[in-house]
Amino acid sequence: MKNLKFLLLGTIFGIILIKAEVISWFRIQEMFRFQSFHMYGIIGSAICVGMISLLIIKKYKIKTFSGEEIKVEPKTFSKGNIIGGFMFGLGWAMTGACPGPLYALIGSGLPIIIVVLLSAVLGTYCYGCLKDKLPH
Amino acid sequence: MNILLQPWPWYVAGPLIGLMVPLLLLVGNKAFGISSTLRHICAACIPTKAKFFNYDWKAEKWNLIFALGMVIGGLIAGYFLRNPNPIELSESAIESMNKMGVKNYSGFIPSDVFNFSQLLTLRGFILMIVGGFMIGFGTRYAGGCTSGHAIMGLSNLQFPSLVATCCFFGGGVIMTWFILPYIMNL
Repeated sequence: MKNLKFLLLGTIFGIILIKAEVISWFRIQEMFRFQSFHMYGIIGSAICVGMISLLIIKKYKIKTFSGEEIKVEPKTFSKGNIIGGFMFGLGWAMTGACPGPLYALIGSGLPIIIVVLLSAVLGTYCYGCLKDKLPH
Repeated sequence: MNILLQPWPWYVAGPLIGLMVPLLLLVGNKAFGISSTLRHICAACIPTKAKFFNYDWKAEKWNLIFALGMVIGGLIAGYFLRNPNPIELSESAIESMNKMGVKNYSGFIPSDVFNFSQLLTLRGFILMIVGGFMIGFGTRYAGGCTSGHAIMGLSNLQFPSLVATCCFFGGGVIMTWFILPYIMNL
């Protein structure tokens, strides 16, 4: 039952992604070709709102609704940010989707995207098995 | 109702996406991110000795439920709030994609390329299977995806996220400009 709120937030997020058209292969092409402001406007304004929200949460030491202290783990730097990031970018432009949009696209009635998602799961699995052998 | 059916402009959709960051923190002290779900699916479904997958994935169940919500959201927006018109792309984008041989602009993906019968062609295999694999491998290697790094990480002023986001775009631009035109013509 306590997970219902995450189901609801996920649902809202899925609707936003579809209505914003960020799940469109065509929009992603347009973005990487610098032919429209749409995607940059979305990502940029999302970061601004996220950044301001986090500043407010930190400054006023706002707690969660259940009274816990809010903690955000810092990200640690590794060579993976570069190599993996670059690989991710290649895949992003090929499929026109990153992990979030994959889920929303499947829901929107495109079962073919399940194949892309399963392939992404396999990719993560292979990374997990090779992790210790890769430069970090 | 009309507003709901039309596509939402960037200045509405962007801030709403940004609000996911504080909402997830306030509601459950969770950091916004999607790509970890791929790892949780491995941990939950694939028996393995790799220690990367031997952790208590059930403690991260919220993330999978959030992803399930996204499928439901996609269904609601895709069936009931669907924009009846094709996406209003810029003319230059359509011109560039025409050159690559894209013909059908209805829907969210070029359906003549992304469909089950194309899976066994070289072009379809590269775009769907290899592309998907690179997303999954790359995102975990990079420690996050567009949501975890570009939105959550940059909102939290994380330097590794800035590096990763730049590399996401670098990879995407190189693929789009220099490699994809060849793949599309296979």
